[in-house]
Amino acid sequence: MIAEIGEVVAEKTYELTRDSLVRYAGASGDFNAIHYRDDVAASVGLPGVLAHGMLTMGFAVQPVVEWIGDSGRILDYQVRFTRPIVVDPVDGATVTVVAKVGALDDAEVRVDLTVTYNGSTVLGKAQARVSLAATV
Amino acid sequence: MNPDLTERAFAPTAPYLVGREKIREFARAVFATSPINHDPEAAIAAGYSDIVAPPTFAVVVQEATLQQLLSAPDAGIDFTRVVHGDQRFTYTRPIVAGDELTATLSVTSIKSLGGHSMVTSESTMVDANGDHVVTAISTLVVRGDE
Repeated sequence: MIAEIGEVVAEKTYELTRDSLVRYAGASGDFNAIHYRDDVAASVGLPGVLAHGMLTMGFAVQPVVEWIGDSGRILDYQVRFTRPIVVDPVDGATVTVVAKVGALDDAEVRVDLTVTYNGSTVLGKAQARVSLAATV
Repeated sequence: MNPDLTERAFAPTAPYLVGREKIREFARAVFATSPINHDPEAAIAAGYSDIVAPPTFAVVVQEATLQQLLSAPDAGIDFTRVVHGDQRFTYTRPIVAGDELTATLSVTSIKSLGGHSMVTSESTMVDANGDHVVTAISTLVVRGDE
């Protein structure tokens, strides 16, 4: 795994649908109805049903995991939720993740994620610290 | 919001037994393709005792601690106004199937900004031996009246 600062190590596009949101609700236990009911989303002033922020955080790190091949090497992972992702009932939502090396030393690499939906970034300070050696 | 929450000692949650199928279900939901998240043989070959949970799986365990915070009768938090501001996981080791995790909540800061309140909490998760596995740190934004 050789990398240098600024190098894009992974890039992937995810197609979210309402099915994705229902699946994540069940898997995570987050059954907030704004993630699957248009009427509830509208009643609290949202532009539509939103993806769970934690779903976005969950898949945004996957290109990094695929790059390193071992999810156990993720030492630290953080994001700020800056913009919601509206998931259309018919068209869904297309979300792109670009993973770039932000910092590097002998033991670790910091991978910075740019997560884009509809032309805007949806996460801020999305960073994963990755061990360069196996942790077990 | 009640500023005294930062000094409160919350009780540890009941132990959460991490199941293999729960990890697989969560892994599918976050589009995790890594074999060590699904296949015990691949996980064992990589040096783990069983399949490995994706990096954000700890939120499932953290959720019980956030419920303690949101449901504290004197917290003054209106759940319908809560928005997730930021999230972080800091691992000592990854979660694997078979782990029995106990989480303890502490509220580390409460700030007000432009009518909104921001409450930052840490859920520290240890295994059955009491050894640290992961700390989940969340900031919840409680929107003020608009």
